[in-house]
Amino acid sequence: MTAFLRPILVMAWKDILLELRSRDIIVSVLVFGFLVVVVFNFALNLTPQRVTALAPGILWVAFAFAGVLAMNRAFVREQEQGGLEGLLLTPVSRDAIFLGKALVSFVFMLIVEGMLLPVFAALLNFSAWSLTLILTVVLATLGFATVGTLFSAIAVQTRSREILLPVLFFPIILPVLIGAVEASGAAIGAGTGGAGTGRWLPLIAVFDALFLVICPWVFSYVVEE
Amino acid sequence: MSEHAIQVEGLHKSYGDRPVLQGLDLTVDWGEFLVLFGANGVGKTTLLRVLSTQARPEAGTVRVAGYDCRRQATAIRRQVGVVGHKGFLYEDLTCRENLTFYGRLFGLPDLRQQADAALCRVGLSARADQRVRTLSHGMQKRLSIARAIQHQPTVLLLDEPEAGLDAESVTMLHDLLQEWGDAGRTVVMTTHNLEMGSAWAHRIGVLTSGKMRSQDTSPGGDTPASLRQTAEADR
Repeated sequence: MTAFLRPILVMAWKDILLELRSRDIIVSVLVFGFLVVVVFNFALNLTPQRVTALAPGILWVAFAFAGVLAMNRAFVREQEQGGLEGLLLTPVSRDAIFLGKALVSFVFMLIVEGMLLPVFAALLNFSAWSLTLILTVVLATLGFATVGTLFSAIAVQTRSREILLPVLFFPIILPVLIGAVEASGAAIGAGTGGAGTGRWLPLIAVFDALFLVICPWVFSYVVEE
Repeated sequence: MSEHAIQVEGLHKSYGDRPVLQGLDLTVDWGEFLVLFGANGVGKTTLLRVLSTQARPEAGTVRVAGYDCRRQATAIRRQVGVVGHKGFLYEDLTCRENLTFYGRLFGLPDLRQQADAALCRVGLSARADQRVRTLSHGMQKRLSIARAIQHQPTVLLLDEPEAGLDAESVTMLHDLLQEWGDAGRTVVMTTHNLEMGSAWAHRIGVLTSGKMRSQDTSPGGDTPASLRQTAEADR
């Protein structure tokens, strides 16, 4: 187990170190996410009555597109510096390479979401300190990072990667996205109450488990020449 | 240890509709230094990619250090060091951090010691704590060579390693590769520099029409001019 986990953590630490030095992913994604909520705030003329109904959707639109941006940039960096090919030349399993990249995307997205959520809560006037909301964010982000890492690996090999990633990513992640919006709505009091949360969270967890099994397996074929 | 360092039989590889390698046969012994020549696009890089498990053969058998490239790719990766056109280096990590990162993935003990020894071997000890993006192209190439040798591979695959190196670095590379061969390890290198390749190699292989035409470099053997003629016959 340690032999499998070690390279995953080594790769994740390398990406975190690179990000601490370049700051090109977290800063750009953070600015983008913040702009989304500000634009929605003005574009939709959010009154206190409408905010509770619209907040979950706005929140997840911002998180989803910010996530796509983060994952795209993470793989572009690997591709430009030849790092992915370098990783494939090491005796580390393809599964471990995939999980290392997915782990770092998960961490980056959680950091960004952790910084955006209080800002959203303040602007849209809801409480971010809900265990259910935090659990929803963590579970949905795990699904986003897993699927996004796979499709980033596919998209980065093409010329139109900026377009291809969202085109491939959103249809597959839709069940998680719907579940996240519904569960978040219930958590911040805009949805159908506790019953909604109870229905959607297990669904997100099941999709996460499926993605965590299927995506590493598909990844090994994607990177094969 | 297997009988041969590299054994390739009937290797086929194509990209889309374009066949690149068409039934290529090749045997390289332990301690041998093979230089590959051939026109652009003839399949030299593809052959190195197959040998390093970066590309899967469509047909034929490929064994490197005794391991089958389809079923034992991970074992091959432990035995092979690769210097490619790309350096496989992270620009915002220092030279030593790059080497210790790859060293960890190879499960090397004494990471810092191994990294420092590799840096010393390519003359980059003084730059160990410098970020890769601040190095010249030639220095990055030397660091890429250090990355390829630090896990002491028994088979070294180099794709035009002299590109971007100054005269002093080319001499360093020559000494390193000779040392590698003297230790019973195998070197396979592609180059367009016929004079240099002829002088360095134990044996020369010319790739034409996706197949190998091997030649020796013994006195009175092929001259750079005749090699060029053979290599360019495929254009």
